[in-house]
Amino acid sequence: MDEVGVLERVAALSTRSIKRESKRAALDLIVAMIDLTTLEGKDTAGKIAQMSAKAIRPDPLDSSVPSVAAVCIYPNMVKYAVQATEGTDVRVVSVATYFPSGLADIDLKVEEARRVVAEGADEVDMVIDRGAFLSGDYFKVFDEIRRVKEACGDVHLKVILETGELATLDDVRRASMLAMGAGADFIKTSTGKIQPAATLPVALVMLEAIRDFHDATGVMVGMKPAGGIRTSKDAIKYLVVLNETLGERWMTPDWFRFGASTLLNDVLMQIRWLETGRYASPDYFTQG
Amino acid sequence: MSRLDVRKTYKLYLGGKFLRSESGRTYPAVGADGNVLARVAKGSRKDLRDAVRIARGAVGGWASRTGYNRGQILYRIAETLEDRSATFVGQLEDIGLSNAEAIAEVGQSVDRMVWYAGWADKFVQIYGNLNPVAGPFFNISSPEPTGVVGVVVPEEPALLGLVSRLAPVLVPGNTAVVLASEASPMPAITFTEVLNSSDVPGGVVNVLTGSKEELIPFLADHMDVNAIDAGGATPEQAERIQQGAVHNVKRVVLPVGDGPTQSPYRIAAFTETKTVWHPKGL
Amino acid sequence: MATKLPATSHEPLLWDYATSKESTDIVEIDSKYGLFIDGKFRAPKSRKYFPTINPANEEHLADVAEAGPRDIDLAVSAARRAYTDVWGPMSGAERAKYLFRIARMVQERSRELAVLETLDGGKPIKEARDVDLPLVAGHFFYYAGWADKLEYAFPGVSPKPLGVAGQVIPWNFPLMMLAWKVAPALATGNTVVLKPAETTSLTALMFAQIASEAGLPPGVLNIVTGAGRTGAAIVGHDDVDKIAFTGSTAVGKMIQSQLAGTSKRLTLELGGKAAHVVFEDAPLDQAIEGVINGIFFNQGHVCCAGSRLLVQENIHDRFVDKLKRRLATLRVGDPLDKNTDVGAINSRAQLERITELVEVGLSEGAEMFQPDCVLPDRGFYFRPTLFTNVAQSHRIAQEEIFGPVLSILSFRTPDEAVEKANNTPYGLSAGVWTSKGSRILWMADRLKAGVVWANTYNKFDPTSPFGGYKESGFGREGGRHGLLAYMDWGEG
Repeated sequence: MDEVGVLERVAALSTRSIKRESKRAALDLIVAMIDLTTLEGKDTAGKIAQMSAKAIRPDPLDSSVPSVAAVCIYPNMVKYAVQATEGTDVRVVSVATYFPSGLADIDLKVEEARRVVAEGADEVDMVIDRGAFLSGDYFKVFDEIRRVKEACGDVHLKVILETGELATLDDVRRASMLAMGAGADFIKTSTGKIQPAATLPVALVMLEAIRDFHDATGVMVGMKPAGGIRTSKDAIKYLVVLNETLGERWMTPDWFRFGASTLLNDVLMQIRWLETGRYASPDYFTQG
Repeated sequence: MSRLDVRKTYKLYLGGKFLRSESGRTYPAVGADGNVLARVAKGSRKDLRDAVRIARGAVGGWASRTGYNRGQILYRIAETLEDRSATFVGQLEDIGLSNAEAIAEVGQSVDRMVWYAGWADKFVQIYGNLNPVAGPFFNISSPEPTGVVGVVVPEEPALLGLVSRLAPVLVPGNTAVVLASEASPMPAITFTEVLNSSDVPGGVVNVLTGSKEELIPFLADHMDVNAIDAGGATPEQAERIQQGAVHNVKRVVLPVGDGPTQSPYRIAAFTETKTVWHPKGL
Repeated sequence: MATKLPATSHEPLLWDYATSKESTDIVEIDSKYGLFIDGKFRAPKSRKYFPTINPANEEHLADVAEAGPRDIDLAVSAARRAYTDVWGPMSGAERAKYLFRIARMVQERSRELAVLETLDGGKPIKEARDVDLPLVAGHFFYYAGWADKLEYAFPGVSPKPLGVAGQVIPWNFPLMMLAWKVAPALATGNTVVLKPAETTSLTALMFAQIASEAGLPPGVLNIVTGAGRTGAAIVGHDDVDKIAFTGSTAVGKMIQSQLAGTSKRLTLELGGKAAHVVFEDAPLDQAIEGVINGIFFNQGHVCCAGSRLLVQENIHDRFVDKLKRRLATLRVGDPLDKNTDVGAINSRAQLERITELVEVGLSEGAEMFQPDCVLPDRGFYFRPTLFTNVAQSHRIAQEEIFGPVLSILSFRTPDEAVEKANNTPYGLSAGVWTSKGSRILWMADRLKAGVVWANTYNKFDPTSPFGGYKESGFGREGGRHGLLAYMDWGEG
């Protein structure tokens, strides 16, 4: 990896000018790709119910706006989310493996993954042990992912690299390859608890790793940037990078997600502006 | 009864060897008194062709030596030159200089060589540059040798003119094909003996004696000569050199009046500035 | 192994970018342009005009004056007067302020200039906007600051200007080449007669307006439009002290020949056939971008374009596959569309030359790849093109194509890479990609090129000297070295 080259490529892609019908298509897709997220110590059943309602029907006044892909929550909230999204397409994503640090015994991590699956999570977002990775114990990282994947069974597994704690883009690529090799269905940038969270250069490097992994094995792996993506403009840049790196096969919520919370309302406001020709106000959009 | 002296055969100097012209031709070098001092080799276009080929072959090795090493060799030339002072003084007197003038010219030649020798590991610092580009890049410019340089030596001063023209060509790592003073070739030929005993690698300096008028067109047109110092050319010859230079875009240094003959910018004239970029990132 | 997700209702989105056209309202183009001589626009004594068109759609933009010998006389004598009476005697500090002022005005009007550059020349607006114009302003800023510091530039010499500089520039970076020529010439106290290329006169003429609005004294800068004959009249004019030319090696040689027997100073920035060397340990995805940028930037109308790709044999196939895939994402078309990556070929003549050389490549047995993109019906366009199976002896590996055409060769060892890279009469630029630091420096030492881009390509900066070895010309533009071309340093 050459960091300067990666930054240049991202800067060049960021100048893409997305207008009119391409913009509306992008905004709808972004909504459908959102894992609407709350990962706070103060989360309650009530908060999960409210957020799930927003996830199912992001804009009650505009039925053309799709549901988001999923709600993303802590393990203890899974049962409330399953209840709140029952009978809808909105999936339930639980973080697991002692999120966000991942510093626990592997048996405990496996047990936690098994529990959230048993409680009805559709997807599991695990964290890697960054300490092990940075100290060079790649086998430990690999083996833990493999074992968690085993515990997940058919439930698909996203592996959070926490790229903000990995020092270099070379490490991002190495961790991506390691996670994919160990069985990840998705690779995900961040927990959202560490700055920087998702960035375009990191996303580009991960998407290129996905492409190279696919070239080598034929296996498609998904990608989820999470944390720090707050505006439609930013999200569209990720779609451009996705579109020009992996192409149309990946341009679906099956293969790309945004881990976000405040992004949704900004996208809704943009859609309203395109629909009405009037710039929108946050007062007209519900807080999750 | 006086002893019969042993005369020297004055040859060309190609690839570190003293050779007769392939053409077998010689011409008389005439002293100030009108007497023939000696017959010297009259280089041909084929000798010139060989000289360029040899000089080309020597560029890589000479250029890749460290500046420190080239400086030492150039200083060694000065040492040997000093050692041979008496011979040079005699040869300069033969062509009409007074003893004092001859001593002065030889001294200046030695000093000039010392001056240039000192530049070999410094001039890159004067002429190179770290460029503060507006971006995350390391960007450095440094002068590199142009390659094979033709040096047309002035008719006079025969020795100082040669040293002043040749030294700045050698400093950055070029190799030279020298057309010596036609009328006064003896100092140049003796100078090749100096070169030969001064650790100058064979082929770095190749000296042809002969007719400039005859050789200049072939030097000017040669597609494997990168630059020519036309300092010793007549205006007509200089124009011929400029015309010939067009074929492969040679760099030509024109004769100028009494411009400084000792300047680091004379070294720069036989260099190419190379600029290297590299990103700075993790 | 990863499990594939259960099938869902989500269809992949075929996402194309809607046209996002830069507005041309910002720029006003006159129907007819005179010559800018002695501070005023004047009708040409030649009474001749020629049309300039938009190569993107072949529409007529304006008529431009063709300067004849009498016009050149007027321009040179205006420049001489300005040199003797005003600009020469002026203090460096005052000259600097004019140049700073011009730099600021270029910045202020950069969108306008960018749009005009794209209209007249065919380059993508995003390049005119993000590359050309920032560099133009940057160049004036950089040299403005030198104007009163020249005695510090090179130790041991007291610099003097040369006098009247005649400058002839090409059509690939019209305003940037103007900046590269005009900024150092004026900073060092020379006055200028400049001829833009005949297909791209308009931004030079707008620049003349800017210089005039900046209050630059009459005659300091003269812009004379026209084609080859006009250029030859400048080169041949007795009262010009210095010629600076950027363009083809063929024309450069004509100029060098025309100046033989004179003491006019000359700098030449000519053609190239740059080798772009990719080693097996290169950062491959960045190398792909470097190679793409190296040859498709500005439709390949770049003298330092990386037109000969040398890939280490053990990664050749994989690298070429990646390149082909990347090529397919290039957006070719209307230069005014902000999403266009490859714009219009500058002229019909250039399009014909590219087409001809590509046919030669095919007949020589090289294998061609072009992405399947739709080209506009009108205007001059050429698909981004790769040739594999190219031999060093093929014409497409030897001759400058000056278009979006890349010839790909392979090598096995570093020595072979160097040998192939240097096996050309040119020596303008070279690229090298490897993760190994020592190898970069080893290669940089051996590549016979004036600019070596290592792990990057096609980077330019006002502070960075640019220019070639061998038949790519002599002299440097940019940086401290760029001052040498316009000063008498007493180096004779």
